[in-house]
Amino acid sequence: MSASFYSPDDLVALWISLKLAAITVVLLLLLCTPMAWWLAMTRSRLRVVGEAMAALPLVLPPTVLGFYLLLFLGPHGWGGRLMHGLGMQPLAFSFGGLVLGSMLYSMPFVIQPLQGAFQSVGVRALEVAATLRASPLDRFFTVAVPLARRGFITGSVLAFAHTLGEFGVVLMLGGNIPGRTQTASIVIFNHAEAFDYAAAQRLSLTLLIACFALLLIVYAANRRVPEIAASA
Amino acid sequence: MSLALDISWSRPDFRLTVDCEFPDSGITALFGRSGSGKTTLLRCIAGLERAPRATVRFNADVWQDDHHFLPPHQRPLGYVFQESSLFSHLDARANLEYGLQRVPAARRRIGFDQAVQFMGLESLLAHRAGELSAGQRQRVAIARALLTSPQLLLMDEPLSNLDLASRAEILPHLERLHDALSIPIVYVSHEIGEVTRIADHIALLEGGTLRAFGPIHDLLTRPDLPLAHLEEAGSVFEGVIAQHDAQYHLSYVGIAAGRLAISLRDAPLGQRVRVRIDARDVSLALRPPEQTSITNILPGRVMDISDDRDPAQRLVRIDVGGRPLLARITLRAVTQLSIAPGIALYAQVKSVALMN
Repeated sequence: MSASFYSPDDLVALWISLKLAAITVVLLLLLCTPMAWWLAMTRSRLRVVGEAMAALPLVLPPTVLGFYLLLFLGPHGWGGRLMHGLGMQPLAFSFGGLVLGSMLYSMPFVIQPLQGAFQSVGVRALEVAATLRASPLDRFFTVAVPLARRGFITGSVLAFAHTLGEFGVVLMLGGNIPGRTQTASIVIFNHAEAFDYAAAQRLSLTLLIACFALLLIVYAANRRVPEIAASA
Repeated sequence: MSLALDISWSRPDFRLTVDCEFPDSGITALFGRSGSGKTTLLRCIAGLERAPRATVRFNADVWQDDHHFLPPHQRPLGYVFQESSLFSHLDARANLEYGLQRVPAARRRIGFDQAVQFMGLESLLAHRAGELSAGQRQRVAIARALLTSPQLLLMDEPLSNLDLASRAEILPHLERLHDALSIPIVYVSHEIGEVTRIADHIALLEGGTLRAFGPIHDLLTRPDLPLAHLEEAGSVFEGVIAQHDAQYHLSYVGIAAGRLAISLRDAPLGQRVRVRIDARDVSLALRPPEQTSITNILPGRVMDISDDRDPAQRLVRIDVGGRPLLARITLRAVTQLSIAPGIALYAQVKSVALMN
């Protein structure tokens, strides 16, 4: 696609969206894998609390999430004061703030598939590995992770696509700063508000096709894998 | 001393009380009904279950006591699970190598090719678990456990989820395992037929309690235990192939009490075998029987007589060459022949089953 198809601002916004989604997914995988493992394996009563908290962003209006993050990260919030005390730039109205917001917003899309996948791995496979001399960490990486790969694929793709389309949190938290916090979905809103429907159409179609392609990957992966795992 | 257990574990829904020492070679069968605690006991030995205040020692090593608990991956044991336990994301070869790779080369005593050949897996190595039959999967699982060069092999009803054909396919492998390995095997089963075929010792569990423990020929015939009162009750004898008789299509098995004729077997002279004699196939005579069609007659002395499930029948235990033989005869015969403990008589054995 040529640069004339998208305006330079559109391209920058697309790049920011992609970068935001990619960074969010990587950080979420690192953070959510141990959390999902705990939720899948624990017999503690705290599990339901953890599950409810992990699902909260699903039902919370994005503007509510964004609003509280703004308060938290702003100059008078705990987060903002902590950052200031550590001599760091405040996160509100910055790309870092967007990453934090996106992580919270997309967290359920990583935790829930991972938790389900870990649960379906089951205790038995891990016990088998233990009797074959594998230490707990060894068992996790050589048995649990490969057997839960569907969960990793599903979680990554869903979180990526969900972050691409995020609007409310970004608007509340990042403002609308071109080149820094202005994502593609915000630019679409700006185009539409300015009645530049052609420009909005170009970006919208791009996101539509990208999201559909990503979902196609998820469903294709989920269809292929169970045939092998079926008789496990 | 080999495996020493002292477990006294009470939970609201069940209890497990076992205090015994398992022999350091041969197959010990953990026998009992489902729910009698066999699998739980096996899991305690493996460290998959942690019974409070239990002691588990293996040779000079403490696996569990009040202060120590060695996690399962640090215990030098192999474990074969009841159902297929192959990793579905790996092919058979990678499954076999999983345990092998985690054992330091210096401690390996069984090589990859050796285990593959032993369990007959040559043609299966490239297949994933989903492409193997239940029996094939269990053979891979057994070889995989062997490849960790265990000092103790634990098997939890490895045949119970298999159909008859698959069982018949695996049992000979298990019997050879017994002969080829010098390590002790603890084998959970609720199938008396399986146990009489392969076990050397039986630990009888009832409601989580160790009811009796001892050599198989002893426990199968003890009148105070349920095994002697089963429909298929009988005795087992160890012997060697002593002679072949081509004219009458017979082979002779030498046991301590004498010789037993069986149908001609293609087995080398001197081979160690196990035979089983069902209690209902034994009749008794006070004098050496003459002009009888029964070939196998063993002289012996009555040890005891006990009631059986059927009030018309009695269970007579006879000492033949130092080993107990069980005979199930009618109360009428006991009375008419005045059979009593201590008297000498002749056991006529109608049928002898070669176990391997």
